[in-house]
Amino acid sequence: MEVVINSFPVLLMGAGMTILITLLSISIGCVLGLVAGLSRLSKSRILSFFATCYIDFFRGTPLLVQLVIIYFGIPDILKDVQGYLVAALGISPFFKNIPVFAAVLIALSLNSGAYIGEIFRAGVQSINKGQMEAARSLGMTSHQAMRFIILPQAFKRMIPPLGNEFIALLKDTALVSIIGFEELFRRGQLIVGATYEAFAIYLAVAFIYLAMTLSFSRFVDYLERRLRTGD
Amino acid sequence: MIEVKNLYKRFGDLEVLKNINCRIASQEVVVVIGPSGSGKSTFLRCINLLEEPTSGDVLIEGVNLMDPKTNINRMRQEVGMVFQQFNLFPNKTALQNITMAPMKVRGLNEKQAREEADKLLDKVGLNDKAHAYPQQLSGGQQQRVAIARALAMRPKVMLFDECTSALDPEMVGDVLAVMKDLAKEGMTMIVVTHEMGFAREVGDRAIFMDEGMIVEEGTPEQIFKNAQHDRTKLFLSKVL
Ligand SMILES: Nc1ncnc2c1ncn2[C@@H]1O[C@H](COP(=O)(O)OP(=O)(O)O)[C@@H](O)[C@H]1O
Ligand SMILES: [Mg+2]
Repeated sequence: MEVVINSFPVLLMGAGMTILITLLSISIGCVLGLVAGLSRLSKSRILSFFATCYIDFFRGTPLLVQLVIIYFGIPDILKDVQGYLVAALGISPFFKNIPVFAAVLIALSLNSGAYIGEIFRAGVQSINKGQMEAARSLGMTSHQAMRFIILPQAFKRMIPPLGNEFIALLKDTALVSIIGFEELFRRGQLIVGATYEAFAIYLAVAFIYLAMTLSFSRFVDYLERRLRTGD
Repeated sequence: MIEVKNLYKRFGDLEVLKNINCRIASQEVVVVIGPSGSGKSTFLRCINLLEEPTSGDVLIEGVNLMDPKTNINRMRQEVGMVFQQFNLFPNKTALQNITMAPMKVRGLNEKQAREEADKLLDKVGLNDKAHAYPQQLSGGQQQRVAIARALAMRPKVMLFDECTSALDPEMVGDVLAVMKDLAKEGMTMIVVTHEMGFAREVGDRAIFMDEGMIVEEGTPEQIFKNAQHDRTKLFLSKVL
């Protein structure tokens, strides 16, 4: 018990990092998801094709694999390219490594962007076709109809699945401990390494995750109730 | 005012409209009747290009909608449409449903749009429901808001697609009354309907469609009392 109390501040710092990285990744993911989701729905075959490739790849492969590709794989390639450039042009090497934080942010954002893209697409497609037709029959352009009629309704329906995605991502951040990023789980591991109190510490870690996910899902419920006007 | 020439529409292999030709004069009320699946909705939807005709021409006041240079969004403002399922915007109040397009498309400011919307709500008998959301309104009230919403764009023609078919019987009268008033004011209207009483009373002309073709047209009296074609007689014997 004492060891848990003593290490609690360190664990909380880890939890803070977990929240920070989750919030940042979800925010970037929302932008990527909006672009990917609308591209998938667009009439342009090329846009829709690339968006589908992106979404399929990041939803169809493990986050852990995506993470190591970005942290270990891509720098390797870049270093090879750099090697040629250095040899050919005589410039001095400038690239060493992707910082852990950047790799984590890139991987989590790309991953959540793919899931959020599907949430956007499903949200837009769940809106009755008659809404678009009514808007167009009033003379709105498809852009105006999307922006003023379809998206506001779709956003409301996207709140529950977005909440789920946030919680899933928050739990998945534990994976980034593998490349040494010091979020909650990694902090726990380090403390266990020093104290050998695996059960107590990992249980405390679990409860901190639980507190975060539960309070967030309560917040989503509240948001949903607040927004329940019309439809 | 509206001229449809050699209009064909197919969905894949299914030919839904076959060589439709008709002219509709300004202030005329044309009722379109015919069995389900005969292409009535598709015909209406071709007039505001919610469906793109496969071939043929649709002219509104001489402007050909099929001309690639025509600004379709501009033309759609001239053509109001009322749907069977109302299609009100569920997250907007009755008032906001009506003011939305005038503000975004006609560029009115909120005050102007509100003043016009208030008059329209008055006209459809719903000025006490301005701040109600669609789900708080009965079907008949929703449909009257939908009519007001279409009128807010000041269209030159109104298209009604079975706009009372989804209503409980006791609501139908209120909606038809609004449409009668519109007709009296001289609105050009194309009305797809199963309300034969309304068709006879308000229609200047009736068109009977079957299997994607205009089988017969004439004054409602001619069509209802003295139909020439067997298909028309058969249809009327079922619905009257
Ligand atoms: N979007 C569509 N795709 C394929 N077939 C359609 C579509 N819309 C209508 N149809 C078909 O076209 C025919 C005419 O439909 P419609 O114009 O709705 O008839 P009505 O309004 O007279 O009942 C029907 O056979 C219908 O199934
Ligand atoms: Mg129909």
